[in-house]
Amino acid sequence: MIPPAFEYHRPTDIAGALGVIAEHGDEARVIAGGHSLIPMMKLRMVEIAHLIDLQDVADLKGISVGETIRIGAMVTQHGLINDAALSAAAPILREAALQIADPQVRYCGTVGGNVANGDPGNDMPGLMQCLDATFTLVGPDGSRDVPAREFYEAAYTTAREDDEILTAISFAKPAGGYAYEKQKRKIGDYATAAAAVLIEKQGGKITAASIAMTNLSDIPVFSEAAGDALKGTDGTGAALDKAVAAMLADIDPTEDNRGPVEFKKHVAGVILRRAIARAVDRA
Amino acid sequence: MNDMTPNREERVANLKGLGCKRKRVEDARFTQGKGNYVDDIKLPGMLFGDFVRSPYAHARIKSINAEAALALPGVIAVLTAKDLEPLGLHWMPTLAGDKQMVLADGKVLFQGQEVAFVVASDRYVAADAIELVEVEYDDLPVITDPFKALEDGATVLREDIADKKEGAHGPRRHHNHIFLWEEGNKAATEAVISSADVVAEEMVYYHRTHPCPLETCGCVASMDKINGKLTLYGTFQAPHVVRTVASLLSGIDEHNIRVVSPDIGGGFGNKVGVYPGYVCSIVASIVTGKPVKWIEDRMDNLMATAFARDYWMQGKIAATKEGKITGLWCHVTADHGAFDACADPTKYPAGFFHICTGSYDIPVAYVGVDGVYTNKAPGGVAYRCSFRVTEAAYFIERMIEILAQKLDMDAAELRRINFIRKEQFPYHSALGWEYDSGDYHTAWDKALEAVDYKGLRKEQAERLEAFKRGETRKLMGIGLTFFTEIVGAGPVKNCDILGMGMFDSCEIRIHPTGSAIARLGTISQGQGHATTFAQILASEIGISADKITVEEGDTDTAPYGLGTYGSRSTPVAGAATALAGRKIRAKAQMIAAYLLEVHDNDLEWDVDRFVVKGAPERFKTMAEIAYASYNQAIPGLEPGLEAVSYYDPPNMTYPFGAYICVMDIDVDTGVADIRQFYALDDCGTRINPMVIEGQVHGGLTEALAIAMGQEIAYDEMGNVKTGTLMDFFLPTAWETPNYVTDHTETPSPHHPIGAKGVGESPNVGGVPAFSNAVHDAFRAFGLKQSHMPHDHWRIWKTANKLGLHG
Ligand SMILES: Cc1cc2nc3c(=O)[nH]c(=O)nc-3n(C[C@H](O)[C@H](O)[C@H](O)COP(=O)(O)OP(=O)(O)OC[C@H]3O[C@@H](n4cnc5c(N)ncnc54)[C@H](O)[C@@H]3O)c2cc1C
Repeated sequence: MIPPAFEYHRPTDIAGALGVIAEHGDEARVIAGGHSLIPMMKLRMVEIAHLIDLQDVADLKGISVGETIRIGAMVTQHGLINDAALSAAAPILREAALQIADPQVRYCGTVGGNVANGDPGNDMPGLMQCLDATFTLVGPDGSRDVPAREFYEAAYTTAREDDEILTAISFAKPAGGYAYEKQKRKIGDYATAAAAVLIEKQGGKITAASIAMTNLSDIPVFSEAAGDALKGTDGTGAALDKAVAAMLADIDPTEDNRGPVEFKKHVAGVILRRAIARAVDRA
Repeated sequence: MNDMTPNREERVANLKGLGCKRKRVEDARFTQGKGNYVDDIKLPGMLFGDFVRSPYAHARIKSINAEAALALPGVIAVLTAKDLEPLGLHWMPTLAGDKQMVLADGKVLFQGQEVAFVVASDRYVAADAIELVEVEYDDLPVITDPFKALEDGATVLREDIADKKEGAHGPRRHHNHIFLWEEGNKAATEAVISSADVVAEEMVYYHRTHPCPLETCGCVASMDKINGKLTLYGTFQAPHVVRTVASLLSGIDEHNIRVVSPDIGGGFGNKVGVYPGYVCSIVASIVTGKPVKWIEDRMDNLMATAFARDYWMQGKIAATKEGKITGLWCHVTADHGAFDACADPTKYPAGFFHICTGSYDIPVAYVGVDGVYTNKAPGGVAYRCSFRVTEAAYFIERMIEILAQKLDMDAAELRRINFIRKEQFPYHSALGWEYDSGDYHTAWDKALEAVDYKGLRKEQAERLEAFKRGETRKLMGIGLTFFTEIVGAGPVKNCDILGMGMFDSCEIRIHPTGSAIARLGTISQGQGHATTFAQILASEIGISADKITVEEGDTDTAPYGLGTYGSRSTPVAGAATALAGRKIRAKAQMIAAYLLEVHDNDLEWDVDRFVVKGAPERFKTMAEIAYASYNQAIPGLEPGLEAVSYYDPPNMTYPFGAYICVMDIDVDTGVADIRQFYALDDCGTRINPMVIEGQVHGGLTEALAIAMGQEIAYDEMGNVKTGTLMDFFLPTAWETPNYVTDHTETPSPHHPIGAKGVGESPNVGGVPAFSNAVHDAFRAFGLKQSHMPHDHWRIWKTANKLGLHG
């Protein structure tokens, strides 16, 4: 459980970080909270010659809350939980972040690392797809925005180029009801199944619904069809069944120690039903 | 002077003796991070060793090439079996009479097996170097199922003994068979079963798990070539045994070996055996002349050092229509892995599994245990239990539930009518044990009343109706357990490990100013010996526990003992402590008589002093006596105040308890919510109620883990699927329910202070309580047996099979 040797860099601005990447190319990698990367290094699943620590880069920090919410990549999961303005404007973030790992991990783990990592077990990617968030990437050719719903390609493969740094996440302040529902075996475990749900209602009918699932495929699953199935309904009965069926058609879980595929699908359905019920209730 | 003397009550309180809720003296250093564990030991010039481990569960080794590793700066040596062979150390004897490869000799037999030992200037270089050792393997067919291992034509696992028809425990009937061990009357039991009113039959599997102490195993070996002394620091639950074994293996005279167990971060049986890491470190230190440290990482520990359980228990229990049990039959297929490295007393290859008649008066019984080799890690240790006692308790407590179901009887009532009655003690069980004492009915009634058992059953019935009406998706389970343990191994006449009798010891020195040091042959790994043994002694010799240092673990200073496991410390070393204390008191009485100018018999003991009978103002305190013993010439007496006692227990002790667990099970997600847990323990005389409570909380939490999720699982290729703490369940405060503890007190009649041991009861009794609750929730739907661990998907599968998902 000891990683191979590496060089450690600690730039103070984005340009500095990009400079190290430019110099060392593939051999360089940024480290944020380290709570996904360091375990992989210790298991020698990745070998990195140049580690670029982002914690002194002030531009990657901070949360701004308005009609648009912007979260710096280096904001920790604890930081999300603890930000009163953010929790008031987008309470689903707090609800989800509280279900990530344990307090020790959340003090270190960052939102940027969580979404950039590309591990299907991470909770933030599905959440960001549900929120229809945008990721800002900065590279040698400047800055570009990529929607969360288009960011994930396969496990550990994303739209981010190797020489780009994810600097911020932004999304419109969500309206209506919300729920983040997650089943896990224990504290500190990734999801057996998790569902992020946002619901808007008018006159008892659902006008907008956004649904994304976590750890049920090699990438997060934004299920547009599931959301559509709820529109114009009260979110119960046949509409709910239809939404669940649509979601089940979109996911593709694999067997692991959390259980076989059949079980995961069943739990995904149960979890989604509960999340929708809570979100509808809160809308 | 007498005016200044505290009254009797104050003097008793000052002692902090038996029954005192004294705070643990160890905690000041542990809670401040000031413990001294083996990895804290740093010696000048120390090197670091690490293993190249097998990625395969069964493979032939074609070649090992260490060139690239040796070329890495800082690498001193790479040891393989070839290097150890000239020393005769490429294999080593196990505690169970088998032998085990120290480094892979021609083939590997389990994933994670030690193949080569790299010695380097520091642990970072060692970690890089193990990656550079090139090992070529030819994979062989893998057997992870003990039943398949015994089939005709199954691959030969242990080629070294393939033709041996006789093992350490009798005949072997197959090349992958280790032993058949039997107890009881087979013919009579089978006769009772074939003519019984009712017979319940079931296969009960207690899955493979691991003690997973927070601190992994490790050692520092330091050979001083000038004076020929070997010092071995390590995580040893039995330091003296390690010394003797090290001497026998290495040929170094025993007086030239010093074994030290520093602070140990939990053992739970994992640190009883002798591991290749110890042998390799010693050899490396002898070869290099430098101290060599070896510390496992978490994955090494889970993959390669001793596992626990893995017992397939086929049971038949016979009863009358009214529920009186008439016979018990059990056959176990025991998966021992690649080498038989169980840590049981030598004569008992299945430990004390024959305590499996439990707390019940069963007239006739039989057990047979077949030990089997597979391509899994060796071990089979007693994970927070006496030898195979948890397996036994789980077996009988499941069989009772299954019988209750078959009889359509309440399981609490079935237990009650079959309990051994108070007046039957000492009770001779059908499988040969003499239960020293017990009062099961009193404990059971107290427990049932404490949880309002009738009320719980009523609530459960209502819940079931609501479930059937579709108003809830949660079922309620009530898990009952009444367990009897057998601990305190043990009488030397039938308990030994590698020929070493399982006595234990205590040596006491009283200092002139009235404080003391006591040294024991045991070693605490979190049990709080420094706290509780001082209390035993305080009550015996009238010196406050605060003035008694308890020291263990250094074989150069501690008297010989067999160590700490199997809840043996209080029953054996605790008894030695009390008896050594009594020797001190006997001499103190003579000194006091001289000082007070009366006859010995004219004195009586009073808390912390000897008092002249009928003249309470004339006395000598223990402190005064201690001073005099060193500083005053007393005719006929040697100076000094010291004593030593080696205690060979006349019998085991038999702690018991009643545990009740209530849980709500979500049939759709498989999530089980434990809402209530009540634990009544009877461990005889209670030395420190607070330490007992701590032990019970810890043990119950381990039981929770084992029953609800913890396992060492292998895939068909023999890969360990649960090699990290992401998948191997260690509960945190979050998963841990609230425990309510309670007690009755039935002292052991043969133990000097009546104590029985408690550290392991909660693991032994807790596992069936949790598991029975899961089963009980589904009883109304006909569930007989579903194997542990009861994690979400397995509970879900149970519900699914019973048709509860519509
Ligand atoms: C015991 C444990 C339990 C956990 N449980 C959960 C859980 O339940 N749910 C969950 O979501 N997560 C869980 N995690 C993961 C945790 O949330 C991590 O902190 C998170 O996945 C990664 O964030 P980080 O800041 O630690 O990133 P790091 O580990 O530092 O980096 C992760 C990856 O992202 C890249 N990266 C990081 N920041 C950037 C950036 N700004 N731009 C480009 N690339 C970047 C790194 O190069 C690396 O490849 C758990 C972790 C542990 C140790």
